[in-house]
Amino acid sequence: MDMDDLTHTSGEWLRANGPDSDIVISSRIRLARNLAQFPFPNRADDSVRAEVESLLRETLDDIPVTNGLNYVDVNTLENIDRQFLVERQLISREHAESHGSRGVGISGEENVSLMINEEDHLRIQVLRSGFALDECWAEVDRIDNAIEERATYAFSEQLGYLTACPTNAGTGIRVSVMLHLPALVITKEIQQVFQALQKISLAVRGLYGEGSQAMGDFYQISNQVTLGRSEEKLIAEIKDVVPNIIAYERRVRNTLVKENREKLHDQVARAYGILKNAQTISSEETMHLLSSVRMGINLGLIDDLEIPTVNELFIHTQPAHLQKLRQESLESAERNVARASYLRLRLTGGDVERN
Amino acid sequence: MRIVFRDSSPHRHATANYDAHANIEKWPDMKKKCSRCPKPATLHITELREGSVSPLHLCESCAHEYLSSPDAPEPVSDAEQVSGKMAEITADDELEQLDQLTCPSCGITFQEFRKQGRLGCPNDYIAFEEQLIPLLENIHGETQHVGKFPKRAPDSSQRQYRLIKLRNDLRTAVEDEAYEDAARLRDEIQTVEEELGEFDAPDD
Repeated sequence: MDMDDLTHTSGEWLRANGPDSDIVISSRIRLARNLAQFPFPNRADDSVRAEVESLLRETLDDIPVTNGLNYVDVNTLENIDRQFLVERQLISREHAESHGSRGVGISGEENVSLMINEEDHLRIQVLRSGFALDECWAEVDRIDNAIEERATYAFSEQLGYLTACPTNAGTGIRVSVMLHLPALVITKEIQQVFQALQKISLAVRGLYGEGSQAMGDFYQISNQVTLGRSEEKLIAEIKDVVPNIIAYERRVRNTLVKENREKLHDQVARAYGILKNAQTISSEETMHLLSSVRMGINLGLIDDLEIPTVNELFIHTQPAHLQKLRQESLESAERNVARASYLRLRLTGGDVERN
Repeated sequence: MRIVFRDSSPHRHATANYDAHANIEKWPDMKKKCSRCPKPATLHITELREGSVSPLHLCESCAHEYLSSPDAPEPVSDAEQVSGKMAEITADDELEQLDQLTCPSCGITFQEFRKQGRLGCPNDYIAFEEQLIPLLENIHGETQHVGKFPKRAPDSSQRQYRLIKLRNDLRTAVEDEAYEDAARLRDEIQTVEEELGEFDAPDD
């Protein structure tokens, strides 16, 4: 698969066509699986890692995935291409920074990614736009079944699917929903959400998962428990709580509009203005301003910009994407100039660069 | 983990030496003072740890100091969580002894596992079973898998797994007072038990 082909496109999950996609960016379910006959990747030497990769890679060739799977050999990729895949949410940071034989199978629409030799031998991930966990589960379950017909998973009656980290044992499932919660952040009411989620042992993470701080007011809500509850139950627990958070965010947005319309409109319009005019801009500031603009569109305060474009800009303005777009390696200060230029182009000059 | 956010105001964000007062009146509850000095707070930090949430409001310079100080807690990764919990539930002198344990399959020692928070192979779950069960219970609150199982398992194990799942569903149904579901599940459990009985005890 040619990385450069991906540069000008974006994943289906960014298109904001799923349910509640004003607030829910994406739904994701991943399963952690290991082959019974091999040590886990961190304990495997080069030859074992290579054997696991070739075995699983062959298996993936037989898996019926919509639009087919493209395999990327992550080990031989340039650093910038690895970073690029991380920014697109197709591989994890850990997978990018690891070593030795490893790779990822990516579906045509970027809805499915199968990481080989990450923390576990296999991580099956399905992404969907909006709040669509049932669709994610149906797809990930189907792929898992198809692989399982061809491979022997490490499994025990008592402890379920055996994983490298005991925090994933049992179902090996992580169910997560990425939410955009700018109004709850403005009013600090997000802290109530954190508290409530902590109590029911759900985790809150930033845009790029484990250890990443919240950027652009994005929060990922996911399960922590994986053992002793069925996949359906774990999914249901997230499905029960997310509508409350969505309703909370909408309520606070409405209150802000009602009570502070001018100030809110001012904030949104200034954010939009900076993005359209800045000559140099950091990634952090871009995320922050895009967040305001995204909320502004949803509230009808901006009417000449579409949500999918903003979703895409969150990803395309990140360091590796910018460098791939410019086809050159850029230092941080150069990136800030390139980022501002790209934003001006996309927000005022139409989609010239994409065509 | 830690969550940090700034007062939401686009042009304040653009530069480090902005006028901190410029937008304070924008949102009424934003007039918080820095908890460490008299300046207005512009960064709001939430530390999430062990089920407790502590909010912290700081000005730019105090926040910088706080975030870069070496004793500021880092977000906890899964692996760190494992190492931490293991130390929490086991006495130090006991840990020293356990550290010598070695998995006969992959050769990982218990100490290596504790340090990196990752196991070496599926067999570790048997080799370190006595130590892992309390850890799993601490992390997940349960030590019996319910849910999906590989379909390639032998037929009788499949039924065993199915029984486990049905019993768990029954428990949930009773808890939720879904009595119709509970009655149906009881019947299903009985059927599977009868099938298993036939399977396990063929005629002598």
